Amino acid sequence: DLVFTVPTRSRTGAAMLKFILLVNKQGQTRLARYYQHPEHEYISTERDIIRKCLAREDSQCSFLEYKKFKLVYRRYASLYFIAGVDHTENELAILELIHNLVETYDKYFDKVCELDIMFNLDKAYMILEEMVMNGRIVEMNQNRILLPIRVMDQAIQK
Amino acid sequence: MPTVAKGDGMRGLAVFISDIRNCKSKEAEQKRINKELANIRSKFKGDKTLDGYNKKKYVCKLLFIFLLGHDIDFGHMEAVNLLSSNKYTEKQIGYLFISVLVNTNSDLIRLIIQSIKNDLMSRNPVHICLALQCIANIGSKEMAEALAPEIPKLIVSGEIIDTVKQSACLCLLRLFRTSPDTVPPGEWTQRVVHLLNDQHLGVVTAATSLIHTLAQKTPEDFKQCVSLAISRLSRIVTSSYTDLQDYTYYFVPAPWLSVKLLRLLQVYPPPEDPAARGRLNECLETILNKAQEPPKSKKVQHSNAKNAVLFEAINLIIHHDTEPNLLVRACNQLGQFLQHRETNLRYLALESMCLLASSEFSHEAVKKHMDTVITALKTERDVSVRQRAVDLLYGMCDKSNAEEIVAEMLAYLETADYSIREEMVLKVAILAEKYAVDYTWYVDTILNLIRIAGDYVSDEVWFRVIQIVINRDDVQGYAAKVVFEALQAPACHENMVKVGGYILGEFGNLIAGDQRSSPMVQFQLLHSKYHLCSAPTRGLLLSTYIKFINLFPEIKGQLQDVLRNNNNLQNADAELQQRAIEYLQLSTVASQDVLATVLEEMPPFPERESSILAKLKKKKPNVSDIEVVKEGKKSSNPPTLNNSAANTPDATPVSAPVPVMAAAPVAAPAPVQSASDDLLGLSAGPAVSAPVTNNIAAPAGGGGLLVDVFDTPAAQNNVSTSLAPQAEDNFFKFAIKNNGVLFENDLLQIGVKAEYKGNLGRLGLFYGNKTSYPFQFFTPTVSCPGDLSSAMNVQAKPLDVNTVEGGAQVQQMINVECISDFLEAPILSIKFSYSGSMQQINLMLPVMLNKFFEPVEMDATTFFSRWKQLNSPGQEEQKIFKASFPIEGDTSRTKLLGFGFGLLDGVDPNPDNFVGAGIIKAQSSQVGCLLRLEPNMQAQMYRLTLRTSKESVTKRLADILLKLF
Repeated sequence: DLVFTVPTRSRTGAAMLKFILLVNKQGQTRLARYYQHPEHEYISTERDIIRKCLAREDSQCSFLEYKKFKLVYRRYASLYFIAGVDHTENELAILELIHNLVETYDKYFDKVCELDIMFNLDKAYMILEEMVMNGRIVEMNQNRILLPIRVMDQAIQK
Repeated sequence: MPTVAKGDGMRGLAVFISDIRNCKSKEAEQKRINKELANIRSKFKGDKTLDGYNKKKYVCKLLFIFLLGHDIDFGHMEAVNLLSSNKYTEKQIGYLFISVLVNTNSDLIRLIIQSIKNDLMSRNPVHICLALQCIANIGSKEMAEALAPEIPKLIVSGEIIDTVKQSACLCLLRLFRTSPDTVPPGEWTQRVVHLLNDQHLGVVTAATSLIHTLAQKTPEDFKQCVSLAISRLSRIVTSSYTDLQDYTYYFVPAPWLSVKLLRLLQVYPPPEDPAARGRLNECLETILNKAQEPPKSKKVQHSNAKNAVLFEAINLIIHHDTEPNLLVRACNQLGQFLQHRETNLRYLALESMCLLASSEFSHEAVKKHMDTVITALKTERDVSVRQRAVDLLYGMCDKSNAEEIVAEMLAYLETADYSIREEMVLKVAILAEKYAVDYTWYVDTILNLIRIAGDYVSDEVWFRVIQIVINRDDVQGYAAKVVFEALQAPACHENMVKVGGYILGEFGNLIAGDQRSSPMVQFQLLHSKYHLCSAPTRGLLLSTYIKFINLFPEIKGQLQDVLRNNNNLQNADAELQQRAIEYLQLSTVASQDVLATVLEEMPPFPERESSILAKLKKKKPNVSDIEVVKEGKKSSNPPTLNNSAANTPDATPVSAPVPVMAAAPVAAPAPVQSASDDLLGLSAGPAVSAPVTNNIAAPAGGGGLLVDVFDTPAAQNNVSTSLAPQAEDNFFKFAIKNNGVLFENDLLQIGVKAEYKGNLGRLGLFYGNKTSYPFQFFTPTVSCPGDLSSAMNVQAKPLDVNTVEGGAQVQQMINVECISDFLEAPILSIKFSYSGSMQQINLMLPVMLNKFFEPVEMDATTFFSRWKQLNSPGQEEQKIFKASFPIEGDTSRTKLLGFGFGLLDGVDPNPDNFVGAGIIKAQSSQVGCLLRLEPNMQAQMYRLTLRTSKESVTKRLADILLKLF
């Protein structure tokens, strides 16, 4: 005699990221990338999400349900990276996408810190654009991610 | 010091950012930002010769200001200009601004399409990539129409470089999802599937996402991808980490690609070809084996990447649900994770195991972990993990362990987090019912629920216990005894009073023989709670008292005293007053025989699925009904109370408790009955408030039944396709109300009761036969003419009967889903035969755009900034018109609120004017809408100004509003 309902991932979902936020410990957004046209009141939603993630302790798990999606977040010193994903996405894969992004920033900015992101916002976005498009992962090889930005830097030096 | 050295650091930007960081207060920051915005504005306006570098700098500043949470309402044109720059860096910033700040509905899209086209044709691959990325991120229908034909060749043509292929895949994915028709399948589709074989893993990664999307839509056309994905996966998992140097991440070969391939395979059933199937199983086994190997690195990145693949493999195993061996291995693996020191792994293991619990192959294996899960429930420090433990206990529950699991959940409920209590209550209630062998246990469990977490016990739960007690005579005496005991607690929850009142009213006689629970004691006990209860509960208790008058004639006098009490007879609450008067009168004039007939015991409820289940599904949007999936496999389930054939509950105690009505067949069946029928959960259905009024009022609100008879034309005796004469007028009346009479003639009356939430609506139609002869072949059909069919899903439940007897009423439920904004209304066409002649009536179903409108609150600043943003042509609609109704502030307010606007007081300096905001919630898009309505008393005119982001919406809303004032 089997159970009749259990929570489950709906397997027909798109499996995608809805957004990525980069936030400092004070809750200030330093980078925000929405992959679906954000909802009407997205600013207050964003604030709410940030509040929820910042309030969590290190012992708590890196995932939390939030309304229609799931948040996957990771903290690096004073910076939080928060990804909103749908229920078909693989949480650990997203957790490591975040880490790969951080490593790629590190590689380009040479020990990245909050200020690097702020003063080079365009570059920070550009790197992310190479990794994730329309909410899907496209490239995870750090050298290839950095290729276009290096082309650009060279052009400027000339 | 900041490292600005990289690339082309912009000094002005650095200074601005430093200034902001140095601001001591929010006000200072705001001031600095305003200053900067003014500066940028003047630069953009004044100096036409602004060079690329400066434009870039300002656009970066705007981006930064946007991130600080400010709306950016200019700079778009400058960004568009940057697109046509030849400098990569300027072009890039232009694209960045557009894809971060511009939404897909914007008029700007039209302006940038040409630039994108030019870049797509460029010889420079980095330019092509920028254009493709932009489409991939913000592609709209318009873009799809203009650009889609260019894209497939960028994927499949031989000379194209890899990065362009990758971007083109995602670009096509976007266009396909936005507007599938613009991307017709062709030769390219097969070529795309073969990209799974591409030697470049970046290309495979991008292509897999595209194929996943295409295959979800038409799996049959992409079947071939299964074997290709399996062989690709096999090559990855069997390779050593050095083979895929570039795509190895912490000793795990291509983890993200593996996850995607495993997910793609979940679109399909297990492969039929034995070779492919064998190969896939080998892969899955290898992945499970690797989990047991010692880690190649101590870094968490290594184990995360490895486990990401493992969990996705387990998802695939569960999805296929055909390999007992793999299912049990997966279960054992997850069992290990349940005790892992990483919280993340414990969370995910609980989540995945919940899926395993529903497979007949692994259900028993999952049950072995019950003790661990119960410990998790008690000891986990993170509420999200505890929540997963609750889910899993619920999932693994069956007859063998139900008592233990329910007891553990009840115990946990005492201290459970508030956020999950309501859901836990529902789950306990469902399990207790589903697995009750002994219904005394079920009754005890529900009463415990009310005792422990009364505030979280929703109506569905206590309705359900009453239904079950009424339907099972073996438990009635016991139920009466235990509710009586429960009511003796000094502080007892109101839900307990409701259940107690109802059950004692029906079955109090079963315990009345005991002196300790004599009629008088029962009555005094209930009545001692009366003054503490809300009006609906008092109403219920009054019904209990009239039932007592029948059950216990010896205390009639005391009961009549209560009914006669001025607090009741003259109660300000019309419902209570009416009950008191009617019950008093009934008890005075009716003979004992009549009383006994009118107030006899409730007949059993028709058996049906639990309404609690519906409520739980509604609460958790991601809960799907596994039973549906598994139905084919297990047909041996004995029918119990809850899994009977009917799957929508209709009548519940809300409608039924009306003792007066139970034996009064003359009364029309109460149409407003189904509070718990309602899957949307909109009407909280004030319990037991309907009864007395129901048999007096017309079916759906208002005294329409009596009034409208005189002004309706004679019955149409001919069959036609044109709309019935009153159709349009009545239709627009529904713009500001949900319930009422939609149509009435000499033969037929149609009442409507509707509820809406988000983009969903549910209408109950009540067809009343006013004649004394039957309507035969009675068939209402609903259709969506023209464009409407793509803007709206309408599902009408067919009637169970095709004859409506004279004087009878039948009910039909219609579900509506708004996909996008729309103009027309669905057509309701009713055909029936009356005295041998065919009748046809065509009506517009009262579903209009503003039904999917939700009010929005905002302050004046926000309102004005939004208002200013919506200044493009077509976004505003202004009408000046003569008032059709007397101009009255309060009436207008009511109308606007009924229409769905949130009214913003104090925004308009003139207090006679109205300012409002709302949002249309269609499935495909949400459209914000702002309104200003200025009445002019002298001229008896109005000026109506509407602004929305979508022209068609603005027009339609204005048209409807015009009819209301």
